[in-house]
Amino acid sequence: MSQPQFDRAIDRSHMQVADEIAIQISNMNKWYGQFHVLRDINLTVNRGERIVIAGPSGSGKSTMIRCINRLEEHQAGQIIVDGVELTSDLKNIDKVRSEVGMVFQHFNLFPHLTILENCTLAPIWVRKVPRKEAEETAMHFLEKVKIPEQALKYPGQLSGGQQQRVAIARSLCMKPRIMLFDEPTSALDPEMIKEVLDTMIELAEEGMTMLCVTHEMGFAQAVANRVIFMDQGQIVEQNNPHDFFNNPQSERTKLFLSQILGH
Amino acid sequence: MAEIAPFVRHEMLPAEPAPASEAGVLHWLRANLFSSPLNVVLTFAGVFIVYWLVSHSAPWLMHSVWAADSLGECRAIIAERWGPDATGACWAVIRDRWHQYLFGFYPWEHIWRPITVFALLFVAIAPVLFSSVPRKLLWFTLAYPLLALWLLWGGTIWPEVMIAAGFGIGALGFMLGARFGSLGAISLGTLAAALFWVVPAAPLEHALAAMLPIGLPEVSSDQFGGFLLAVTVGVGAIALSLPMGVLLALGRRSDMFLIRALCIGFIEFIRGVPLITLLFVASLLLNYFLPPGTNFDIILRVEILVTFFAAAYIAEVVRGALSALPRGQYEAADALGLDYWKAQRLIILPQALKISIPGIVSTFIGMFKDTTLVVFVGLFDPLKGISDFVRADFAWKGIYWEPYIFVGCIFFLFNFSMSRYAMYLEQKLKRDHR
Ligand SMILES: Nc1ncnc2c1ncn2[C@@H]1O[C@H](COP(=O)(O)OP(=O)(O)O)[C@@H](O)[C@H]1O
Ligand SMILES: [Mg+2]
Repeated sequence: MSQPQFDRAIDRSHMQVADEIAIQISNMNKWYGQFHVLRDINLTVNRGERIVIAGPSGSGKSTMIRCINRLEEHQAGQIIVDGVELTSDLKNIDKVRSEVGMVFQHFNLFPHLTILENCTLAPIWVRKVPRKEAEETAMHFLEKVKIPEQALKYPGQLSGGQQQRVAIARSLCMKPRIMLFDEPTSALDPEMIKEVLDTMIELAEEGMTMLCVTHEMGFAQAVANRVIFMDQGQIVEQNNPHDFFNNPQSERTKLFLSQILGH
Repeated sequence: MAEIAPFVRHEMLPAEPAPASEAGVLHWLRANLFSSPLNVVLTFAGVFIVYWLVSHSAPWLMHSVWAADSLGECRAIIAERWGPDATGACWAVIRDRWHQYLFGFYPWEHIWRPITVFALLFVAIAPVLFSSVPRKLLWFTLAYPLLALWLLWGGTIWPEVMIAAGFGIGALGFMLGARFGSLGAISLGTLAAALFWVVPAAPLEHALAAMLPIGLPEVSSDQFGGFLLAVTVGVGAIALSLPMGVLLALGRRSDMFLIRALCIGFIEFIRGVPLITLLFVASLLLNYFLPPGTNFDIILRVEILVTFFAAAYIAEVVRGALSALPRGQYEAADALGLDYWKAQRLIILPQALKISIPGIVSTFIGMFKDTTLVVFVGLFDPLKGISDFVRADFAWKGIYWEPYIFVGCIFFLFNFSMSRYAMYLEQKLKRDHR
C-alpha cells in the first residue's frame, strides 16, 4: 500500500501527553461461540493519545475497538471507558456510547435523512439539545470537514470521501471525548483517501483521543503516539511509530510490515 | 498497412428529425405489437379475446334498464324494446336497493351519521397520507376514532369520553415515566391508562350519563351492513393492524426469548388458520369463555380478529424489510447512543416501512376484500349478505350479475385508490431519499 504524503506533519515534541486515563482494558477476553477471538488484551489509553492499530485481516482489530463502545460484548476481564466500567448495565452502556464516537468502514450514514439531519439526530434525541443549537453545531462541524454546502443533500448524493467526512462530523456533533475509527479509508477510492485522512489529522492536532484501525502507515507515522500490532486476537507488539516501523521486534510484525509496505 | 487520411471537421451538423419509421404511430405499432411472429400471433389472439368479450357484453349493457320495480318488469321492458330474445342489464335493482348496499339496515332517519363519519374520514386521514396538510389536523385524526364510534353506534357520549380520558391519563403517565427512559415511559403510560379504565371509568361514566345524558339514539350492530360494515371493519383493521404488525415484527426479532416466542407463536398460529375459522371463533367460541351475560359486540369481535389476521401478515412483510436493512444502520444508531426504541423509531422503521409499502398495501387490499367473509357469522356484507337479502325479495328473485358488478366496482374503487396512493408514496419517498 502506498504512503500518502501529508501537508502537515505534527510536531509532537512539545505536546505533553496527559496522564489522565481515557480507556483501560485489562485481561479482556472474548469468544464467538467456541472461537477465542480476543485473548488477554491489556491496553491503557491516555487522554489525548492517538493510537493506530494494525494487523492482518481477521486478527480481531475491529472486534477489539467495538468492545470499547460495547457493540460487542466481552466475556472476561474489564473495560473502563472514561471511568465507567462496561457491564451489562444499560445505563453505563448508553453513557459510554454518548461519550465515544465511532466511524465505520462503510460510513453507515442514515440514507433517509439529510446530511444535516444525520448530524443533528443524536444530539437532539440523546443529548436533548434544542434543534436550533444542534443545527448550529452540525454546521460548525460540517464546515470543519469542509462540506457545509452539502448539508441539505441526502447521503446517496455524496461521494464516498464526502460521506465518510459527514460520518466524522456526525460523531463529532455528540462532542465525544474519544473517537474510534475502524478502517475509515478502506472502502474509498485512492483519490478520496487523502481528504478523509486530512480531516483525521486535523482532529488529532486538536488533541482528540483517537483509536484508529487503519492500514495507512503514512497516517500512523504522521500522527500516532503509539502503534499496536495485533495478530490472532492478541496484541503482539506496541511501540512508538518510529521504532515500530524501523525496528520491529517480532517476526510476525516484520512479516506484516514487509507485506503491507510492499518492500 | 493503409495510410490514415487526416480529417478535421469544420462545420458541425445540425440535428434532424428521426425518420418516420423511428417515430409515430406506425413505429409504435411495429415495436409493440408486431415485432416478431410470436408477437403477431399474440396480438391477434388478444384482439380476438377483446372482441369476444365486447360483443357478448355490449348488447347486455346497451339494453340496460334503470327504471323498473321488479326483475319481471325489467325483462318485459327489454323484450318490448329489443325483441323477445334480447338480454339486458337490470340496474333497477341498484336504483331500488342502493341504500342497503351502502348502509345495510341503518335507520334511514339517522343516515346522516354514517355519511358524516365517512366524510370526516377523509379529513382525518389527510394529514397522515399527505405531508403538505397542516400537522395540527393530526389532533383531529387522534379524536376521529372515538367520534366515529359515537356517531355510528350512538348512545351517550360518556363511554367515548372515558376512553379519551384514559388515553389522556396514559399520556400523562408516559411523560412522567419518560425520565426513566423509553421503557419506563411506555410501562407507566400503559399502567396509568389501564388502571383508569379498570377502576373508576365505569362508575364515573354511569354517574355522568345519569347527570348529563348527552347522546344520540343507539343503533345496534345488527343494523350495520353493506359497505358501511365493510369500511368500518376494514378501516379499523387497517389503522390497528399496522402498529400491531410492526410491534410483532420487532418482537419476532427481539433478543428476549419469551417475547420472541410469543410473537412467533401468534404470527404462525394466525397465519396457519383460515380467516373463516377465526371469524367462527369470534362469533361462537368467545361466548363460552366470556362470563355469561357479557355483551361483547359482534362487530368489535370481528374487528379484533380481522386486525389480528392482517397484523400477522404485516408483521412478516415488515420483518422481511427489517432483515434487509444493513447491520451497519443498527450499529451506527447504537454507537451514537440511541436507545432501542429511539433507534427503531428514527432510524430503522422509517427505512423498513418504506421498503415494505407494496407488501403492506397488498395486505390491506386483501384484508379489505376479506371483510366480505363476515357473512359467515351472520353479518350482512355487501357481496353476499346484502345480495342474498335483496334476492330474497320476490321482486328481485333471480337477479345475479348486476349486484355483483355494482359491488365489485365499489370494491375496485377503494382498492385501486389504495394501490395508486401506494405508488404515489413510493415515488415521493424515492425522490426524497436518493
Ligand atoms: N459475529 C461474528 N461471529 C463469529 N465470528 C466472528 C464475528 N465477527 C468476527 N468474527 C471472526 O472474528 C475474527 C476477528 O474479526 P475482526 O475483528 O473483524 O477482524 P479484523 O477487523 O482484524 O479484520 C475473524 O476471524 C472473524 O471471522
Ligand atoms: Mg475489521
